[in-house]
Parts: sequence; structure tokens; C-alpha cells
Amino acid sequence: MFRFIIQRFVQAIPSLLGITIIGFFLVHIVPGGPAQAMLGPKATPLRIAQINREFGLNHPLPVQYITWLGQLLHGNFGTSYYYNKSVLSLILINMPRTLSIVGISVVLAHILSIILGSIQAYFHDSKFDYGMTALTYFFYSMPSFWLGIMIILFFSINLGWFPSGGLSNPLNPNPGFGSWLAHTTLPVLTLILVTVAGWGRYMRTSMTEHLVQDYVRTARSKGLRETVVVFKHALRNSVLPLITLLGFSLPNLFSGALLIEVIFNYPGMGLLFWDAANQRDYPVILGIVVITGFLTIIGNLLADLLYGMVDPRIQYN
Amino acid sequence: MIPETISETVTTHDAPKPEAPSRSREWKAFWHNPLAVAGVVGLSFLVLFSFLGPVLYPVQINNPNLLATLHAPNAHFPLGTDSLGRSELARMMVGGQLSLEVGFAAAFMATLLGVVYGLVSGMAGKWLDVILMRIVDIFIAIPGLFLLLFVDTVFRPNALLLVVVIGSLSWFGVARLVRSEVLSLKRRDYVEAARALGASNWRIMFKELLPNVMGVVVVNATFQVADAILTVAALSFLGLGLPPPMPNWGEMLSSSMSYMFQNAWWLIYPPGVAILIVELSVNFLGDALRQAFDPRLRKA
Repeated sequence: MFRFIIQRFVQAIPSLLGITIIGFFLVHIVPGGPAQAMLGPKATPLRIAQINREFGLNHPLPVQYITWLGQLLHGNFGTSYYYNKSVLSLILINMPRTLSIVGISVVLAHILSIILGSIQAYFHDSKFDYGMTALTYFFYSMPSFWLGIMIILFFSINLGWFPSGGLSNPLNPNPGFGSWLAHTTLPVLTLILVTVAGWGRYMRTSMTEHLVQDYVRTARSKGLRETVVVFKHALRNSVLPLITLLGFSLPNLFSGALLIEVIFNYPGMGLLFWDAANQRDYPVILGIVVITGFLTIIGNLLADLLYGMVDPRIQYN
Repeated sequence: MIPETISETVTTHDAPKPEAPSRSREWKAFWHNPLAVAGVVGLSFLVLFSFLGPVLYPVQINNPNLLATLHAPNAHFPLGTDSLGRSELARMMVGGQLSLEVGFAAAFMATLLGVVYGLVSGMAGKWLDVILMRIVDIFIAIPGLFLLLFVDTVFRPNALLLVVVIGSLSWFGVARLVRSEVLSLKRRDYVEAARALGASNWRIMFKELLPNVMGVVVVNATFQVADAILTVAALSFLGLGLPPPMPNWGEMLSSSMSYMFQNAWWLIYPPGVAILIVELSVNFLGDALRQAFDPRLRKA
């Protein structure tokens, strides 16, 4: 087991390196390059040359890449042109906010999809099943940003229950848990609705397949109570694929979070990235691409390990 | 020899001729699926609306009329007017053209790239396969919207370039899918037979394997269309879609947000509903195709 974990981490290293390469070259294919972006309209050839010399941008790309990678390994992501702060500090402020909404949504979405999907599968072709399938299609097909707008329209403007955006009320100097909850509810709700639509369908299929398996019939014919058959036998097995699905969904969840953060003006990684993209703030762009890529790969790795832990049939060889 | 089945007693000349492999049974199942019908109807409606609509309702979309701004729907403007007094209905029609065209073209490009890449990777095997799939893994790990957003801010693409950008950043899943199909198919007897007859790798890839992965590919392509249309809309929503003055649904939805507090519902709902209908139709179609052509899901 321990050897397997080490092995998987070693295998992930080329992927992590690949992400840094993609990120690095992405930023350097930009016409004009970082110097142009830093100087904006004030750029003169002389100033550009000066900046290039100052930041080592006049070296060949591979040399620059190695230098940058060395700094990265020391936790130095560079300095934001726009905020004039270290990229790492910006990310460290914004990332927990994104991870909190994504994390809460993932947990709640899992619980909801498991419950709804199982009920649908157990009572398949019932009115409940059809109703839920219709709802699932609806939310699955709905653009998340439009759903976000609808939710703001309904819950903040018409009902006035929640603030329409931001992370805290600027007039409230000492925001507590209540303020945080009020500001995160709507973004989380949006993310959950979009996610449950996909996962619930998946869970329904998985559960339907398992309910007709031989082992379920055996359990029933042994005279086990129906609740035991469903919860202990069928459910446990059908939940397993959701773990892998979670690993796969991470990049989509981050993409979804970006849109939702922009709509709700929620200051997380997505909003930071959006601002950085508009400001051509390359160190921030690069830092976020690398970090989200890393998080996805590590997330996939954890999903793999978790899968092995909960499914005794998986052997580590 | 004692015949074990009735068919063996039938002499060859009145046996039914082996037909060219047709998928008539699958297509029949497809058309009997209410999802398929709903999908075809929904999609046809929007295509007609966008492409035939402007012919039947020829109203200029780029003529601002500052005397008729933000009018609610009335006899003259069936869907009201926007903040510049332009007919919302006419803009919806023209906007649909671009949204649909870009969505379908980008999905087509992504599918094409992914199929070729997956075929090559699956056929190549060994180290080349490992490297090619690693590259896919890496690209999949970076959230797609982040890459798109970045490339978009830098290049500010027109419609054609947007197709290229979306197409070239969304083929990774297809490649993975095709490759895994190829891995299981290339051990089949018919591939071995083709190889024994001296067929080249290219011939095996495109004449033997490609027709057999097409089923999965077509189903996946349908969902790619749904994704691409959503992506275009999302990018436009972020203000990075296509340059004005040509409208598109995502951009219209995005600009309608400014009138949320004035309750300009005729600006907020139509583009959203239109995107929702495309997405629903395409998802219906994809599911119906999958149910009809995927033997594991076909009902007995």
C-alpha cells in the first residue's frame, strides 16, 4: 500500500512538470510578451529592453523556464504586475475561498445525488423518477451563469433573503459566521444544482445496474431485510464509481466556480484569474494555471487511493 | 449432418442475402425514443428560427432607435427592444446563427482532432502511446475555461478563430475515449485478418477501426456540441466572445444582466431559454443515440 502511494506520486511528477511547461510557454507565446503587458501604452523599445534585462526575459526560453521552475520549487511564484504583491500571497488569500465553496458543494452534491439517484433507481419508472429525470435534464442543460442570474433574481432581488454578491458587507467591520454563510449560500447553491444534475443521473444508472445483479438477488433470497439489501449491498457498491467521477470532475468544478465567482463577484481564484486575464497579469495567470493543474492531479491521485481504500477488491500490487 | 437449428436446413439460394451492415434496427429504436423526437424537434425549431426567421421577419438589427429603448413586447416589437431600441426578436434570430455555427463547427473540429489522435495513440502502443496519453492527461488537468479565457484575452478572436481555439482545446476527452476503444478493438479477429492480408497500419486505422469506433464518437460528438455552445455562451458572457455588432445569445444574455433591476424580463429570458433549448435538444439527442447504439444500454 505504502509502496503503491509512493509509486503513484512518482508517476504524477511528469504530469506536474507538463503543467508547468504548458503554463510557461502559454504565457510566452503572447505577442509583445510580458514587458509589453507590464508597461501598457507607455511601452517604448528602450523601456521594454530595460524590463527584459531586469526580469531576465532576454535569456533563451529554456533558460528562463529552468530559472522560473527553480523559483517555483522554492515557493516563489513571482510578483503580480497589477497588485504589486507576491502571486503566492494572492493565491493563498483567494484559494481557500474557492476551495471552500467547491468543497462544500462537492460534499452536499454527493449526498444529494446519492439520495436522489438511489430513490430514482429503486422506484424507477415511477412518477418521482420521471419528475427527477426531467429536473436533471433541465439543470444539466442550463448554462450555469444563467442559473446564477436567476438565483440572484429570485433569492436576492425578489425575496431579499441573501446578498447578491461579494464576500462580506463593506459596512460591517466585523463579519462573523452569519455573514459568511449569507454570502456563500447562493454561489454554493448554484454549483450544487449544476453538479447534482450530472452526478444524480450517474448514480441512478449505477444503482439501477447494481439492483439487478445476482448478489442482490442472493441477498434477498437469503431473507435479508430489504433495507439491508439496499443500503448494505447495492448502495455501497453503486457509490464507488462516484469517487472516480469526482476526480474527473475537478477541472470542470474549477471552471464552473470561475463563472459563478464572476456572477456573484465572489473573490476567489476564478475572479482573481478573470481580473488577471483582463489585466494581462501574467505571473498571476501562470500561478493559477499551475496551482489548479496541480490540485487536479493531486485530487485524481487521492480519488484513486480513496477508491482502493473503500473497495477491498482492489489490490495494490 | 443432423441440423441443430432450422436455419441450417435452409438451402443457400433461398436464404436471405446477407445485407450490407445496416443499422436499421438501431435507427428504429432511436426514432421510437421520445427523447430523440424531442431533440430533433427542438433543434430543428431553433435552426429554422435562426436561419429562416430573418427571412420572414426582415428587421434591421443594427439600426439603433433611441425613441424606442427598452420597450416591453408589443405589437410592433414581438420581443420588445433593447437599450438601443433594436428589435430583440431580430437580434435573437441573428444571434442564434452565430451561436449554433460556432458550436457545431468547434465540436466538429474537436471530434476530428480527438479521433485522429486517439486512433494514432491506440494503434501506436508502447512508449508513443504512453507519451501521447500523458500529454492528454496534462491538458485535461488544467480547467478548460481557464485556458480558453487566457487565449481569448490575448487574441480577441473572430468567429473562425474562436472555433479553432475552442476546437483545439476540447478534443482531449475524445482522444482518450477513442484510444480506449481502439485498444479493445485492435485485438479482434477482423483486425488480425486485415493485418495478415498485409494491410498497412493506416489502412487498419481508417478502414477497419474507424467505422467501428464511429458509434461512440458520434454519441460523444453530440455532447461536444452541447459543451461548445455552452462554452461560446460562457465566453461571451465573460465579455470575451465575439466582437460586436453581430449579436450572439451568450452576449445578449450577458448584456441583459445590466437591466436586471429594471425588470427587463424580455431581455433576460429569451437568450437564456434559447440556450437552454439547444442544450436540452442536443443532450436528448445524445442520450437517445447512446441508448440506441450502445449495446450495453439497449433494452431487451
